[in-house]
Amino acid sequence: MTVSTNPTVGQEMEHPSAPLLRMERIPHVWCPSCGIGTVVKCYATALERSGVDLDKVSVVSGIGCSGRVAGYLKLDGFHTTHGRAIPFATGLKLGRPELLVTVISGDGDLVGIGGNHFIHAARRNLDLLVILINNFIYGMTGGQNAPTTPLGAKSSTMPFGNFETPFNLPHLAASSGASYVARWTCLHIRRLTWSIEEAIGKRGFRFIEAVAPCPTLYARLNKLGSGLDAMRFYHDTAEIRNGADTREVDVSFQSPIICGKFVDEERPTFLDLMHDHYSNRLGDGYVPMPPEGGMLHER
Amino acid sequence: MSGRTEIRITGFGGQGVVLAGHIIGRACAIHAGRQATMIQSFGPEARGSACSATLVVSDREVLYPYIQRPDIFVVMSGEGYEKYGRELKEEGTLVFEQDLVHPRTVEGQRACGVPSTRIAESLGRTIVQNIVMVGFFAGVTGLVADEAMRDAVRGSVPAGTEDLNLEAFEKGLEYARKSPGESSVSVSEPSLEEVSP
Amino acid sequence: MKADPAGVLTGSHYLDGDFACGEGAMAAGCRFVAGYPITPSTEVVERISRRFPTLGGTFIQMEDELASMAAVVGAAWTGSKTMTVTSGPGFSLMMENIGLAAMMETPCVVVNVQRGGPSTGLPTMVGQGDVMQARWGSHGDYEVIALSPQSPQEAFDLTIDAFNLAEIYRVPVMFLMDECVGHMTEKVVIPEAEAIEIEPRRLTEKSPESFDPYQVEEGQLPEFARAGDGYRFHTTGLTHDEHGYPEMSVECQEVNVSRLVGKIRDNADSIVRFEEEGVEDADVVVVSYGITARVARLAVEEARSQGLKVGFLRLVVIWPFPEKRIRELAGSVGAFVVPEINYGQIALEVERAAAGQAVTWPVHHAGGAVHSPDAITEIIIKAAV
Repeated sequence: MTVSTNPTVGQEMEHPSAPLLRMERIPHVWCPSCGIGTVVKCYATALERSGVDLDKVSVVSGIGCSGRVAGYLKLDGFHTTHGRAIPFATGLKLGRPELLVTVISGDGDLVGIGGNHFIHAARRNLDLLVILINNFIYGMTGGQNAPTTPLGAKSSTMPFGNFETPFNLPHLAASSGASYVARWTCLHIRRLTWSIEEAIGKRGFRFIEAVAPCPTLYARLNKLGSGLDAMRFYHDTAEIRNGADTREVDVSFQSPIICGKFVDEERPTFLDLMHDHYSNRLGDGYVPMPPEGGMLHER
Repeated sequence: MSGRTEIRITGFGGQGVVLAGHIIGRACAIHAGRQATMIQSFGPEARGSACSATLVVSDREVLYPYIQRPDIFVVMSGEGYEKYGRELKEEGTLVFEQDLVHPRTVEGQRACGVPSTRIAESLGRTIVQNIVMVGFFAGVTGLVADEAMRDAVRGSVPAGTEDLNLEAFEKGLEYARKSPGESSVSVSEPSLEEVSP
Repeated sequence: MKADPAGVLTGSHYLDGDFACGEGAMAAGCRFVAGYPITPSTEVVERISRRFPTLGGTFIQMEDELASMAAVVGAAWTGSKTMTVTSGPGFSLMMENIGLAAMMETPCVVVNVQRGGPSTGLPTMVGQGDVMQARWGSHGDYEVIALSPQSPQEAFDLTIDAFNLAEIYRVPVMFLMDECVGHMTEKVVIPEAEAIEIEPRRLTEKSPESFDPYQVEEGQLPEFARAGDGYRFHTTGLTHDEHGYPEMSVECQEVNVSRLVGKIRDNADSIVRFEEEGVEDADVVVVSYGITARVARLAVEEARSQGLKVGFLRLVVIWPFPEKRIRELAGSVGAFVVPEINYGQIALEVERAAAGQAVTWPVHHAGGAVHSPDAITEIIIKAAV
């Protein structure tokens, strides 16, 4: 996501997503051929296409390589603590219900240290869009084993290969109650963008897994070649199976990755249920928090 | 600690021990201009058999919130009597549910029994047994004015149940007038008919 | 500004400290609370969860205390006044995001109804062992404000003060109750809304183009923009520059930490609050707080009745600590006696502030009960010799 230069005329061109990016912070921290930047670009494009009021969009990240995403988007951005992006985002959403709150963070952050928050937010069908960038390891700390590392793959803390069963993330999200579940690799730029755009237009707990194996650590430790080799691998082996049973989409080492939209079922969100319930029980006595939030102003 | 009255109220879970304590404390603190600090027991014992609340009533600020030995012991279950009965001061007042508690005679103590459960049953709602007890307590101890107690009952019970609870209170109070207790434990019991309307 | 009458339950009530704290929060304008059940604090959120739906507030019971604290920090960035409530083990779990609140300079209130510890300890019984944790519990250097009520009435009054201080200094404020005050029912007078002064959230008046979330004029605090108003600001738990962007440098760290610490230390004279009585010609001054301060006054009365010159100082604000006053008194009194339900936390502060001019006598109690007044009197007599 560096500022691209037109090779023919040597003129600096503006990045197409520049209005949504904090260009003064570019170059970013991510390695060459890392998929995180791709996901940021897909998200920015999807936001622009969706036509939502960008002033009302908040992005929350946790800690790790993907945790830095909030810092590059020109939106209200919150770079929080490790694993707590979802509960922090819960506070934002409930504090000011009119906001579109997106959580963009990594696998270790959201389903490792933050796993409890992930399942409970899905269970509540909280109005959050969660984009999980799965790089298969802990990248920022140096390639340690993650709850997503495929069986047999090497990591810096599983030097003889991982023997723990990894999470099947779409299945985890779906069985916890997510109303929208999709998975794409960072090679599927158009589909990922479209999926994010679609999810922006929906409500409830929306989960999109973006598979983007760490080119620096995961690929090196597992002798998978360059970033380009990884792209080629996903190009050759990724399989799109919309509507697949999420029980069957687990990821094995160097096996085909099943992509697609697996769940898309609108059901009442946490706020819907809360409003309906209190309206029924308390009638006119119920005073909901206004969409613009519970801030007290001078009267 | 002059002008300080220490009270323990005990019974089994579901008898409304804490509400009884709340009403007495509220009557003193809100409706009678005194100081009253209530502490309820928490933890497993609050959910199980012997439930307890303590009150310190004083004319000055209550600095020490716990009781040491109660001046008044209100007991609505045999188990509560076994657990706390010995604490009561030598010259203290025992206020008890006479069908459920069978106290030992203690020289110097005043013992006041009331069939509060049966009286509550006669009103058609056993649940107001604790309020009958509060009325009886008001009558036999004279701790605060009856009117302060009535205000406290009114302000503490669920909306819509005020009349029933006030009736229960009056029954207890009436019973106290007829049977104010003895300086040793041998209770003469007026028949239920005598206190019925 | 004045309190919103919707949240103020004006009148005389017979309430326990936990309920009174909840009422104080609603009167102060708190409209978002996240919490997780834990004895002996749960009654605070039980009260709030019953009343919030009628006054535009949202309560959510989160999956744990980590989440509760994170949600409270997140919601504070929407401009809402926010609070979480916990005890012992839950307070430990909140430390991570209390640090985040401190670093992001997020106003919020954390209620800790202290019970006996360490670990699960005495869930239903009193303790005061979290005093140092309230100050230093999260890693790194920062300062907080902590208050300690001695009665349900103060649980109401000081909760309002806690919210106001959080706004003025943009800090997480620790509300250190104890089980005894939390579970003690007494008369609580709630005034008319008109009589309650509320510090509102002050939003920046700068345009989004000219606003930087951590740009600070000399001696001032950064201005606040809330999420969703078009400022498109960034904030982070990392060391950050005036734009709120991560900046890993010694210089930036110095700017950040010196502000987090300095905004409390430099304003300590305005924040510190204590009550004292009979200290001027005292030989011994008893220093205490929370429920222990009430019990200690009985000991002071007893010692005086024996002819001893005993003064009394009660900390209302625990952090920042009134070290100036203790140092002054240390010049004229022979000894301080510090009863507290722990093995010596504030006693160490008193000793530090006294700086060798007066002797400090702690009166330890491991927790589960309040001190017997006699135990305190005994130490006062020893200290007076």
